[in-house]
Amino acid sequence: MYVKSPNMIKMNIIKILLLGTIIVLSSCNKEKKQEEVAVSESTSKEDNTSISELSIYNLPAIWTTQDNKKIELKELKGDVLVMVMIYTSCKAACPRLVADMRDIEAQIPDSKKENVKLLLVSIDPETDTPERLKKFSIENEMESDQWLFLRGTKSDTREFAAVLAVNYKKISPMDFSHSNIISVFDQGGELVHQQEGLGVNNKETVDKIIELAH
Amino acid sequence: MKTPPLKIIFFFAICIGYAVNSVIAQTENMVTVKGGVYIPLYGVDSTTVKVDDFLMDVYPVSNSEFLAFVKKYPQWKRSHVKRLFADKNYLVLWKDDNTLSDQLKPNSPITGISWFAAKKYCECQGKRLPTIDEWEYAAMADDKTIDARKKETYNQYILEWYETPKSFNNSIGSTFKNYWGIYDLHGLVWEWTLDFNSVLISGESRKDVDKDSNLFCGSAAVGASDLMNYAAFMRYAFRGSMKANYAVKNLGFRCVKDIDITP
Repeated sequence: MYVKSPNMIKMNIIKILLLGTIIVLSSCNKEKKQEEVAVSESTSKEDNTSISELSIYNLPAIWTTQDNKKIELKELKGDVLVMVMIYTSCKAACPRLVADMRDIEAQIPDSKKENVKLLLVSIDPETDTPERLKKFSIENEMESDQWLFLRGTKSDTREFAAVLAVNYKKISPMDFSHSNIISVFDQGGELVHQQEGLGVNNKETVDKIIELAH
Repeated sequence: MKTPPLKIIFFFAICIGYAVNSVIAQTENMVTVKGGVYIPLYGVDSTTVKVDDFLMDVYPVSNSEFLAFVKKYPQWKRSHVKRLFADKNYLVLWKDDNTLSDQLKPNSPITGISWFAAKKYCECQGKRLPTIDEWEYAAMADDKTIDARKKETYNQYILEWYETPKSFNNSIGSTFKNYWGIYDLHGLVWEWTLDFNSVLISGESRKDVDKDSNLFCGSAAVGASDLMNYAAFMRYAFRGSMKANYAVKNLGFRCVKDIDITP
């Protein structure tokens, strides 16, 4: 019969200890992030660039880009953002959504491009590694500085989709159903326009972007 | 130099006590729902869903519990919350930031809270919101069986409740205790789920969403399953119509927790 040695017991005690510590530390760690946000917000208020209550820059999530860089959304403050949620292994709607994004990008005058960022956020963070996103960006000729591909945690992705009112669901290991929505955010991170559907007339969206970007 | 062993033991004892305490504190008023495989109600397409074991709150979160939460985390008070996270109806029935109104009982379920607020509340308890699959799995039980969805009495009960106004004013625990020992999954308030936005039938986007056609085909069934599909359809449609910052007066929540410590 197997008998636990004193060392094993000690190990177990340490394990329990660690577990306890982890539980204590992990409970509500988001809260801390939120507080940090609140703090940085109040400091930024002083330099007169505060963000509004409706700004997506209130979201504390940290994302990874196609270049494997960590980024918070609020680092994009000051640019007009055009955003869509996709996944790279998608065969049906996403290629058309991607085409729509490229079409929008092509209509933005060069003089304004500097002030616009086009973001593609993955709804399949398990599959869409930064390498995969990079490969996708090359395949789709979305390599200029305007294009940003983001991958987050499952939970941050769900939350971000909730903000955009994008619904999605995993329907098989490789496939998702999802809303086809392209969203435009102003320089302060407030949602100003949404275009729903595939291959729809994007004039309004483009007008909005041009109007905002200056 | 030798450290006195007593000191170490004492230290360990405190820490273990602390660890055990926090585990107990967090699982108080929760029961285990034994996982399994089931077919959700939203369709004729018999896709089975696997649910792992999890712990679920016995009761929905009450007004007084939520009041304690906003006192501890003031950024969730009515006047402090950001509009991105909760719309104008957030805690609209409260007298002020720190007081329930007279028409709200402390032990009634909290309603008028957004998904963000519900999610945060659970996270702050070391818990999380249930997924739709988990919620539906736990909620298909009546008092005696794990899956009562084909029972006429069960469906009748749910549909009668759907027609009853203002049930959010009743007390938590005032409906039946189900097979798992959980109260009020039906009969009191609707409840937020973690992935409520995985339902693809939101009104204005029907035309252009890659929608859950299963949801609509479900009505092809006949007999008892008609009612059962109808009740489930109502829940899925309701979820699909929500946005994360909406606060609705008949929508509350409860939390769940993964079982990660093998006994």
